[in-house]
Amino acid sequence: MSGAITDLDWRGHPGSLVISGARAFDSRAGLDERRDIVIREGRIAELAPVGEGKAPEGAERIDAEGLLATPAFFDPHVHLRHIGQSHKEDVETGTRSAAAGGYCGVIAMANTAPPTDEPEVIAAMREQAADQAAVPTGFVATVTVGMRGEELTEMAALREAGAVGFSDDGLPLRSAQVFRRALQYQHLVGGNILLHEEDPNLSAGGVMGEGEVSAELGMAGVPDVSESTMISRDAALCLYEGARAHVQHLSGRRSVEAIEFAKQQGSPITAEVTPHHLVLTDEAVRSLDARFKMNPPLRTEDDRQALIDALRSGTIDCIGTDHAPHASHEKEIPFEQAMMGVTGLETAFSVIYTDLIEPGVLGLDTILEGLTSGAALFDLEVPSLQPDAEANVTLIDLEAEWEAGAEGWESRSANSCFAGRRLRSRPVTTIVAGSVAYRQRAYRMGAVA
Amino acid sequence: MRDLLAISDLSRGEIEQICERAASFAAVGQREIKKVPTLRGRTIVTLFYESSTRTSASFELAAKRLSADVISIKAQGSSVDKGESLKDTVATLTAYDPEAIVIRSPEAGAAQLVAGWTDASVVNAGDGKHEHPSQALLDTYTLLDRLGPLDGKQIWVVGDIAHSRVARSCVRAFGLMGAEVTVAGPPTLIPRGFGEALGCEVRYDLDEIGSADVIYALRMQLERMSESYVPSLREYAAAYQIGPRRLGSRQLLMHPGPVNRGVELAPEVIDGPASLITAQVRNGLLVRMAILYEILAGTDRPRPVRSIDGGGDAARDSEDSPTIGEPA
Repeated sequence: MSGAITDLDWRGHPGSLVISGARAFDSRAGLDERRDIVIREGRIAELAPVGEGKAPEGAERIDAEGLLATPAFFDPHVHLRHIGQSHKEDVETGTRSAAAGGYCGVIAMANTAPPTDEPEVIAAMREQAADQAAVPTGFVATVTVGMRGEELTEMAALREAGAVGFSDDGLPLRSAQVFRRALQYQHLVGGNILLHEEDPNLSAGGVMGEGEVSAELGMAGVPDVSESTMISRDAALCLYEGARAHVQHLSGRRSVEAIEFAKQQGSPITAEVTPHHLVLTDEAVRSLDARFKMNPPLRTEDDRQALIDALRSGTIDCIGTDHAPHASHEKEIPFEQAMMGVTGLETAFSVIYTDLIEPGVLGLDTILEGLTSGAALFDLEVPSLQPDAEANVTLIDLEAEWEAGAEGWESRSANSCFAGRRLRSRPVTTIVAGSVAYRQRAYRMGAVA
Repeated sequence: MRDLLAISDLSRGEIEQICERAASFAAVGQREIKKVPTLRGRTIVTLFYESSTRTSASFELAAKRLSADVISIKAQGSSVDKGESLKDTVATLTAYDPEAIVIRSPEAGAAQLVAGWTDASVVNAGDGKHEHPSQALLDTYTLLDRLGPLDGKQIWVVGDIAHSRVARSCVRAFGLMGAEVTVAGPPTLIPRGFGEALGCEVRYDLDEIGSADVIYALRMQLERMSESYVPSLREYAAAYQIGPRRLGSRQLLMHPGPVNRGVELAPEVIDGPASLITAQVRNGLLVRMAILYEILAGTDRPRPVRSIDGGGDAARDSEDSPTIGEPA
C-alpha cells in the first residue's frame, strides 16, 4: 500500500503546470527524451511532444529548454533541529534547503532536544510542518524513551499520531533485546525502523575513522567494525523476526559486506549512503577542519570504492544526506571538540554529479534512482514522471557551474564540507505536486499561458 | 618560516637550520649577561590550555633571553575559565599586536586553527596527541650535539605511542634526519596503521632493543590502566621498563619528562651516564630561542598579510622588522 508524498505535511497545495521542452529522464520508466510535461491538479497528466503540451486553464508554462526534468528527490534522513535547537535550523529553513536541493520530501529525525518520543509532540510537529514546511515532511519518533536505549516508546500511539517510523539516530540501540522488541512491535504498528549502527564500546572517544590518517594525526579513531558488527547483529534479528529495518549512512567496506550477506540470507533490511561518504575520504581530515567531522566518519579510499560499487549493484538502496546543521561556534573550534555532522541538502546532487557522474564513475540513472527510492522506506510512492504519478519533478541545469556557498545557503547553518568547491550542475526548480516549491533566483521565468 | 605548527611541515634543511641557530645561542648561555637584544620591542604571547612546566618555562625564558616582551596566559584563572572560545581569545590577544603566539592545547589542530585567525606567527607548543614540534627539535639538536649526523642511527621510541604527541613529532623528525626509527610498546598503545603512516618499524617487545643507538622512553600515563590499555603498572614495567639490564653501555637514553620513576624508567638509569634527560631540558631553552629567532627575525621570506574577520588592517609597525616585507 503506497501513499502519496504529499500525504506528509507541508504548507503547499497541488497545482497545475506545463514544463516545456525539458529532457524528461526517468530511468525506471525507460524514459529519456524531450517532452512537454503536463501537470493537472498535482498529477502528471500527459507527456506530450514538445510544443504540444496544452496548459490547463491559468496554469504556468515553465520554459525548461536545455534542462533535465527528473523525478524529484526524497531524503529519508535529515535533521531539522525542529525542537530546542532552532539556532541551527528549523522546519522552515531546513525544508527550504531541501527544496533548493531538488527534494520533494524529507524525513526528519527524532534526536531533537528533548527527543521526539511522545505522540503529542509528533502531532504538534505535523501542525508546524503544515504551516511552514516548503516540502512534505515526515517525522520519525524515537525507538526508546529519551533515546536512552532502555524502554520502548508508545509506538502504537506514536504511529496513530502520524510518526512515519522510528529511530534513535544519533545513537545506536545498544541492547539487542530492545531492538528485538521493537521489531516484534512492528508487526502491530508497522512503520520502518531506522538504525544508526555503531558499537558504543568500540567507538568510544573516536572522532574520525580509524586508520593511517588517525594514527598520524593522533586522534582517536572509530574502527569500521564498530559499524559492521552491529549491522550483522541487527540484520540477523530482522531475519529472525521477519521485520524490516533500514541501516542509515553506511561508511565502510565491511558494512557493505554485512548488508550484502544479510540480503543474500533474505533479511528484510535496506541500506543508505550519504553523498559525503561517496566522494570524500579520511584524507580530508588532514586539514583538521571540523567541517569534515561527522558520524559515521569518513573512511579510506577502499571504503569509498566499496560504497560506490554497492550503490551501483543495488546492495545500497538509497542516498540520504544526513543533513546535520550546526552553528559556526559549534564547528569553528578544534576538531576533537567540534560537533559531528555536516549539512548536505543543497549540494547533494551537484557534488555527486561533479565527482561521480560527469567523470563516468556512476550513471545518472543509478544516482537518480538512489536519490528518489528513499520514499519506498516509508511506503510512499517513489517519485516518477509516468502519467498519473504525483507530479514531483526537479529541473536540473547540467551545464551550470557554481561555487558552493558563495551566495549563502537556504539552510540556517553553513557547516557544509563542500563550501567553496566549484561544482558542476545545479537543481534550478523543484516542483511538488505540480506546485513550484523552489525556483532559483534569476532563473528565466516562463509566461503564464 | 612563518609559523611552527608541525614537524610534518618541515624539511631536513629547516630542521638543520634551527639546530645551527640553537648552537649559536649556546655561547650566549655561557656569558655573564645571558640576554641578546634581537627581539627587543616585540611581543610574544604564550597561551597554555594544559599544564606544563618545562615547555612553558623554556618558551618564556627563551623569549626573555631574546629581549622580547612576554605575556604568559594559563587557562586557569583567565577568560578561558569563563567559557571564552579559542577564537575569541585569539582575537582578543591579536588586538595587542603580538608578533608571535605560542600555544599549547589539549586538542589536535588547535595551533593550526589559531594560525588562520591571527596575523601573528604561531608556534605549536603541543596540540592534543598530534604534534609537539619544539620537543622533537630539541631532541634532534641534543642527538646531533652528542652523536653528530643521525644518518643510519637506530632510534627506538618506547611506550605509549598512541597518546603521545612527542612520539609523532620525534618519529618524523628523526626520520627526516636519516635515522631508522622503531616504535615499541603494548599493542593496545600503538595505533593501527602507525608504522605505515609515519614510516617506522613497529615492535611489541624489546627483544631486539640491543641494536638501538638511542632509546627514547615515553611517559606512561597512569590513567591508561583504568581504560584497560594495560592490565597493571607492574606488568607494563616488566615488559617495557628501561632499566640497567636493558640499557647497554654504548646506548643513549632520552625521555621528554616528566618521568614516572620506576614505571617507564628504573631510577638507576635516569641519572646514569647514558642519560641525556638533563641535556634535553637545557637544550630546550636554546632550541626555543632558535625557533623564536627563525620565526621572527631569521627569515627573508615576505610575511603574508593576514587579517582576522576581514576588519583588521594587517599592516603594522615595521620600521625595524626584518620579517615584514609587504606593503600595506
